Amino acid sequence: MKERTIQLEVLRYNPDTDTEARFQRYEVVCQEEWVVLDALNKIKADIDPTLNYRWSCHMAVCGSCGMMINGEPKLSCHAFLRDYEGVIRVEPLAHFPVERDLVTAPDDFMEKLKRVKPYVIPKEKKPISEGEYKQTPAQLMKFRQYSMCINCMLCYAACPEYGLDPEFVGPAALTLAHRYNQDSRDGGRLARQEVVATHEGVWTCTFVGACSEVCPAHVDPASALQQMKITSSIDWIVEHLIPGGKSARDTVSREDAGDIS
Amino acid sequence: MAKSHKPVVWFPFAAGGTVIAFFLPVIVVLTFMAALGHVPAGLGYERMHAFAGSGLGKLIIFGVVALSLWSSAHRLRCTCYDFGLRADTLVATVLYIGAIAGSILSAVYLMKI
Repeated sequence: MKERTIQLEVLRYNPDTDTEARFQRYEVVCQEEWVVLDALNKIKADIDPTLNYRWSCHMAVCGSCGMMINGEPKLSCHAFLRDYEGVIRVEPLAHFPVERDLVTAPDDFMEKLKRVKPYVIPKEKKPISEGEYKQTPAQLMKFRQYSMCINCMLCYAACPEYGLDPEFVGPAALTLAHRYNQDSRDGGRLARQEVVATHEGVWTCTFVGACSEVCPAHVDPASALQQMKITSSIDWIVEHLIPGGKSARDTVSREDAGDIS
Repeated sequence: MAKSHKPVVWFPFAAGGTVIAFFLPVIVVLTFMAALGHVPAGLGYERMHAFAGSGLGKLIIFGVVALSLWSSAHRLRCTCYDFGLRADTLVATVLYIGAIAGSILSAVYLMKI
């Protein structure tokens, strides 16, 4: 195995002692095939045990090691050192408050995730004795891609709209709403529309598409949001231009709400 | 949170985006070819004039022009917003008025044919 000495510039911030964040440079002897996370682990083990960052699986599954690497949102376990030259700059995920060093507070995302009701709201309730809710492979394929989200929040760090307007529900949460809307067992779409079809919902999105570019799980949130813009627009026409459309919708909505509570 | 009325501007924007994707590159190529003196057979002046003079022709041309203008105005509005120009109401008003004025002008000229 080949060794390589790399320079890592890491943003440091300790809320107990620092008034503002600063960069600290580390020189780390790495193996050629390492990822940025390996280099951080090496720093923590041999050079500076005070460095803070989150990680768990080291295989792009858990979604906890997201950070800005040379200004781009990346999973640090997925950012290979061989793809970088010179000093590598590592910062906490953009658009989220920094708690300490590379650790950010995900509370805003967690709250938004809850708001879109990211779970199956059964179309029809049936007793367990009647068996499972069946689904064909074709029905599964309609939402499978959108169910691959690992909640790493890279899309929020990449989204310029979320950076400019923190009220935006954002790519991952809205995509999960779409995932359940597309599920053949689900009947909760109209309840989710109360969040999805608002200004803070899909309509803050201007289809920049950065979310889909940085997504490590190839979920393509941008496509989910565009599809929801179409269904939300059709809803709008039904509610405003078709006589009796709104009252029919409201009845369905109330029945759905009764289902969940 | 109330549901947004954005579909009013977004639907014509989406329709215009589709129209632009399908028609505009062809129109640009044909116009350049015509400017260089290579008018394809079947697209001569007399024939196109007759097309623009028919009711259906007027409707199609108006649809292409108006939807393309609206789509471009909305895209430009979003681009301004993305680049940090946050006076959204002012930007939207100016651009949409431009698109509507262009559409009215195209209707006026079409009616004269």
